[in-house]
Amino acid sequence: MEISIRDLVTVLHGMGFGALFMLAFSGALAELYRMSLSSAPQQSGGQGQTLLNIYLVAMVILAWLTVFSGAYIVYPWYRAVPPAGLADLSDYPRRLLLSSGKTSEWHNVGMEWKEHVSWLAPIAMTMVAYVTLKYRNAITRPRNMRRAVLGFATAAFIATGIAGAFGAFLNKYAPVRGGPVIILIEGEK
Amino acid sequence: MSAPQTRINVGGTEEAIPNGPGAAAILAAGIGCAAVGILALAADASDAIGKLLNFYNPTGTLSGVTTVAILIWLVSWFALNGMWRMRTVAIGKVNVAAFALLAVGFLLTFPPFMDLLQGK
Repeated sequence: MEISIRDLVTVLHGMGFGALFMLAFSGALAELYRMSLSSAPQQSGGQGQTLLNIYLVAMVILAWLTVFSGAYIVYPWYRAVPPAGLADLSDYPRRLLLSSGKTSEWHNVGMEWKEHVSWLAPIAMTMVAYVTLKYRNAITRPRNMRRAVLGFATAAFIATGIAGAFGAFLNKYAPVRGGPVIILIEGEK
Repeated sequence: MSAPQTRINVGGTEEAIPNGPGAAAILAAGIGCAAVGILALAADASDAIGKLLNFYNPTGTLSGVTTVAILIWLVSWFALNGMWRMRTVAIGKVNVAAFALLAVGFLLTFPPFMDLLQGK
């Protein structure tokens, strides 16, 4: 069982940061929505509020780690330019996708959208965390503030979903591979 | 501009805080999202702007688009917070602007829409 460094970093970017961030949305949206219900307790929940604060800060960190690792580590491997005349483009995902009309739109639409829209998520989530931490349960009262928090949290979820889905498809058609190989487990045969 | 101040419970005592800092964060987030879209479109439409935004060659124009968008977001947040820190603002209007800017961010990052605007 072996894995290349590029595979490992891509998995860390997509699954370690991105998917964990995506999974965390269910909890955050449920808790923010619960807080926004008029029947919810209005007093600050002490331990519960602290837990929500930590949860949201962790989500913000995951969101920024996802976009920075994607843009500055994985993306340069994806868009690397092959030497002239190279026939095997498997180590050059962007060029591999663009080499056929059957796959080129995975780059022209999928990657082009993913690489930009994903940045909306950390910006939106940072605001959601800041407002929730600053106003605590009081965001249940000014209706417009809770609308903004829930709206931007949902937008971050959608942006992450778009980026994550295209990331998964792109990695199926043109995976980012190469670099030194790490042997995880040596088999008998 | 005359909505009541938000009251939060701190250590068992109620404190009144203006909604200005929250509104500043909300509007700045909208501005940041729109900046990503506008800069992505500009870099796609103009080779000159694209080259200008190529801050880090292995990442290409994406490096400049996102760095400048983050700077615009943070500077606008800082400026709006400075103006509204002690004020209670009409947050309904702020929300409309923020959501419109968020929609701009989504639309202008969508390649078919970018192409449509450029007549491609």
